[in-house]
Amino acid sequence: MTVSIIIKAILYVLLAPFIGGLLSGIDRVFSARMQGRQGPPVFQPFYDVFKLMNKQTTVVNGIQVLFVTAYLIFTIFTGALFFAGGDMLLVFFALSMSEVMMVLAAFSTNGPYSIMGAQRELLQMMCYEPMTLLVAIGFYYANGSFMVNDLIHASVPAIVQIPGFFIGFVFILIIKLRKSPFDLSTSHHMHQEMVKGLTTDLSGGNLARVEIAEWYDTVLMMGIVGMFFITNNPISILWAVIACSVVFFLETLIDNLFPRVKYITMLKVTWAVILVFAGTNLLILNVLK
Amino acid sequence: MYVKGANTLANILNVVNFLILFPFIMAIIIGFLKKASPLRSAVIIIGGFTIMAAAIYVAVNVLMSGNKADFVYLENTELHGHIVVAAEIFLMGLVCFLSIKYKKFYAIIFSLVGTVPVLWMDLTGKAVEGFTHVRIDTFAAVMYLIVGVVGILICIYASGYMKDYHHHHTDVQDRSNYFLALMFVFLGAMFGLISSDNLGWIYFFWEITSVCSFLMIGYTRTQEAVDNSFRALWMNLLGGCGFAAGLMYCNMNLGIANLSQLTDSAPSKFVLVPVTLFAFAALTKSAQFPFSKWLLGAMVAPTPSSALLHSATMVKIGVYMLIRISPIMYNTLTGIMITVIGGFTFFAASLLAITVSDGKKVLAYSTISNLGLITACAGTGTTEGVWAAVMLVLFHAVSKSLLFQTVGDIENCMGSRDVEDMHGLIIKLPRLAFIMMIGICGMFMAPFGMLVSKWAALKAFVDSGSVWLVIFLVFGSGSTLFYWAKWLGKICTVIHQSFELEDITPRSEMVSIFPLTSLIVIMCFAFPWMSTNMIQPILDEAFHTNIPDVIGGSDVIIMMIMVTMIFLIPIGSRFLAIGKNSKMTMSYVAGVNAGDDRHYIDSFGKERALYMSNWYMDEFFGEKKLLLPCIIVAAVLVAVMLIIVVGGAF
Amino acid sequence: MKISKSPWVLHYDGSSCNGCDIEVLATMTPLYDVERFGIINTGNPKHADVLLLTGGVNAQTAPVIRQLYNMMPDPKVVVACGICACDGGIFKECYNILGGADKVVPVDVYVPGCAVRPEALIQGVVKAVGILEEKRKKLKESMKAGYCMVDYSKMAVHMTADDYDPSTQYDAILTEEALREQAEEKMKATAKPTPKPAAPAADNSGKGDNA
Repeated sequence: MTVSIIIKAILYVLLAPFIGGLLSGIDRVFSARMQGRQGPPVFQPFYDVFKLMNKQTTVVNGIQVLFVTAYLIFTIFTGALFFAGGDMLLVFFALSMSEVMMVLAAFSTNGPYSIMGAQRELLQMMCYEPMTLLVAIGFYYANGSFMVNDLIHASVPAIVQIPGFFIGFVFILIIKLRKSPFDLSTSHHMHQEMVKGLTTDLSGGNLARVEIAEWYDTVLMMGIVGMFFITNNPISILWAVIACSVVFFLETLIDNLFPRVKYITMLKVTWAVILVFAGTNLLILNVLK
Repeated sequence: MYVKGANTLANILNVVNFLILFPFIMAIIIGFLKKASPLRSAVIIIGGFTIMAAAIYVAVNVLMSGNKADFVYLENTELHGHIVVAAEIFLMGLVCFLSIKYKKFYAIIFSLVGTVPVLWMDLTGKAVEGFTHVRIDTFAAVMYLIVGVVGILICIYASGYMKDYHHHHTDVQDRSNYFLALMFVFLGAMFGLISSDNLGWIYFFWEITSVCSFLMIGYTRTQEAVDNSFRALWMNLLGGCGFAAGLMYCNMNLGIANLSQLTDSAPSKFVLVPVTLFAFAALTKSAQFPFSKWLLGAMVAPTPSSALLHSATMVKIGVYMLIRISPIMYNTLTGIMITVIGGFTFFAASLLAITVSDGKKVLAYSTISNLGLITACAGTGTTEGVWAAVMLVLFHAVSKSLLFQTVGDIENCMGSRDVEDMHGLIIKLPRLAFIMMIGICGMFMAPFGMLVSKWAALKAFVDSGSVWLVIFLVFGSGSTLFYWAKWLGKICTVIHQSFELEDITPRSEMVSIFPLTSLIVIMCFAFPWMSTNMIQPILDEAFHTNIPDVIGGSDVIIMMIMVTMIFLIPIGSRFLAIGKNSKMTMSYVAGVNAGDDRHYIDSFGKERALYMSNWYMDEFFGEKKLLLPCIIVAAVLVAVMLIIVVGGAF
Repeated sequence: MKISKSPWVLHYDGSSCNGCDIEVLATMTPLYDVERFGIINTGNPKHADVLLLTGGVNAQTAPVIRQLYNMMPDPKVVVACGICACDGGIFKECYNILGGADKVVPVDVYVPGCAVRPEALIQGVVKAVGILEEKRKKLKESMKAGYCMVDYSKMAVHMTADDYDPSTQYDAILTEEALREQAEEKMKATAKPTPKPAAPAADNSGKGDNA
């Protein structure tokens, strides 16, 4: 039991960057094709990170490096916790902690763009935090446990009982994956009004660490999407993979369709969506119980 | 093995008596000492540590003993009864006198309405003679620890702080002896309240704390202080009236004189009446909406009183009461209403906390918000709920008193307590900034204490099927994260070309701050132990049942790993020289950074200041917009609760 | 894997007539799709490898260009886009024009043209990427010798009032050349036959590689 947990965690730590980087590459190719151009190679994110690693790192102050490193370590830890079968609530608490580390890294620079990005990132966290917690609660309602290890042995896929949570979660994934209507704090598309927001004052190795952390994060998010479909039947893994692909494609599509919104619109829309879909779903579940 | 005999029992009673009376004696002694003298500090430190040692002695004895039912004492209460009656009349007279003096006549009404009927009942012999007057069970022991440790540390802090305070605020008349004496009176009343089982006595101590807090808030005697203190007074006296009504109903209709009798009785329509009235009183004491304004006004007083009111004592009385009556509230209208009011307060206060920049005000809103959570937990009346509530009380007391003290010190050093002025605190006052960071992390971040309790609370709400509460909690935790993290960010900002300010924090304040800081860290590791040794026995006593660990084995291990990581990453990165070959550069300001990250060159070649303020989103959640509707909504909820439950019984 | 596979560019307009800027932006549009080569317009010196300068340099933009250049982490290359950036062009004689971009920062690739064609620009960047690769090798060598091993804990973050001198505080950070010289001296002292010390970046490329 313990051995399998450790193996799962190690597998995640080793494989997630490849999957995450690949997903990020696919995302960029998709976007390019949607815009009618060829786009970069699929492995472009790896080239980017490799280059960043080989560059000199400039810092604005000493503690910046510390926070970025903490961000990376805690993100990996969070993902490992999830894939090793830990407690969903703890996963989300650890996730928000790692995000706070990133925000602090940006705050510590005292650069105007970084701080602007940091404030926006905090607001984004405020927007999606309710939903992430609700997802854990939704799974608990559906399958009676917070432990991922128990949840994957469900007899019926969770989506049957908590479709509202799924919609809400896919919606906040737009924020989490930094996709366009809600990519306020830092976007994957560059040269914008807040420069690169959160990561403006990071460079070289530090930026590479942030990129890698985001790959881990992407894999974690896709894992949670997959959780909605996993049952004790092995074939369900296929469904989960298909669902992840569809969701990922959808996010890319949304990214290319919508312009960025103002922060208050984001707050209103996200909370409304969470309340309407996840909240209603929760009420219904509670009544049925 | 601990052997318990009649000797020890009597011994404990003596110590308890000492704990209740000695603070009052301390207060008198302090009153006679020279102002701001080393002797005064010495007396406070020695006396304070004596009280702390006694409180810990009692708590440890009670916690270690097998059967808590032994620590129950029926005393010859005739003399005590006379003292209580006399003191109640004195308090009433004091309130009346001050009300007339400051022309706030409404306070007299509340005071008379609350006190006179109770006096009448006592004097005409209509009160029921209960079994026990003093009862020290596990919950009382835990509260002893909070009051004894945190409360005393605040008093010690105050002895140094008041000196600096009058150094900076020359316009305020120096009555610091009176202030420090009041703090000890407050602690004495707290010990009394916790130890009492007799409702009449609880009411008496309840009123002492109300009046004490009123006197402390009005310390500076400015118009604002007077207004705020009277607001605190009438709200708390209103709660006191509710308590008095509950007390009289218990005595005259139900024939119950003791709190433990009440909590053990089967929930019926009639039992719920006093329970609801006590809950109402608790809402005022713990500053839930619609009674939050008194706590916000309380920050005009010097910082130690804020720390005392917000963390260890005043507001904790309210939730103490709620946790006591929690088992009866299970699945009743009262319970549901209390839960909803608590959940609503948690959410609304956390939104309001976003919009204020005054450090103490943020802390005040955060206090209200966290107390809302505790209230909501207690209102569910489930074992998990009470578990979470007690945990929250413990963690909140420590973190919040530390934060208040640090903000007070920062104010003494920098002359401001505004969050915006704490920009770059890590450079200006590194030691205080670091302590503050630990305090803030303790309030919201995994894996620190408050989060453990929030987590348990979430589980409690889910299990009890309170959907609305789950929704309040998840949204509230989003906004809680926002206001703490942005404050944390302000502190962490590294500003170049800034001077390290002189850290004038006196040693006596550090005597208080360092233990609290270490307590936060220790409690992160110790919470599983606290759960088995302190909280499970409370559940045993309150529900006569036990629960499996709310936060189970593997999770605890993971939390421990996380705590360890937090401390190892800074150390590790120092040794591994991560980022040692990085080049220093300026932050990016579109290529026109003037060289210090804080100025830029404008198009005329002039240097201009550049400053990024935090977000307050005043136009969306501002006090002007949100506070009044919140109060109205909560007031309606309270009215509905009172009308249906109390009115329904007649 | 080569670092040349992801050159991220930063574009700065010295004081051009905007003709070259339009062309630079045109190069970034889907029509030319430079993302095929991994080229991204970052708009942030801290992320950029290639600095595209358009227009001649005037007194007001000179310090900005210098600051942007200093903020870019090594290895980095500068491409002068258009004839004005190369040597001042039609504005050369103006009272406020200092001249080409090489008056303030070392330029690696000159791409003339008025306005510069996107095709020429792409080739210029590709050339620059080659230089980038060379510079990276040199950087690695000099890193070994201790270049840019700055102990930032000793930098003036913590200061007392006595240390305060706004005029000198950032000197240590800005004068990269001083560091480079130190490193070169160190390398001369340690290395026996090879490698050659890092030459000043300005002389690295020939002029006028245009399409």
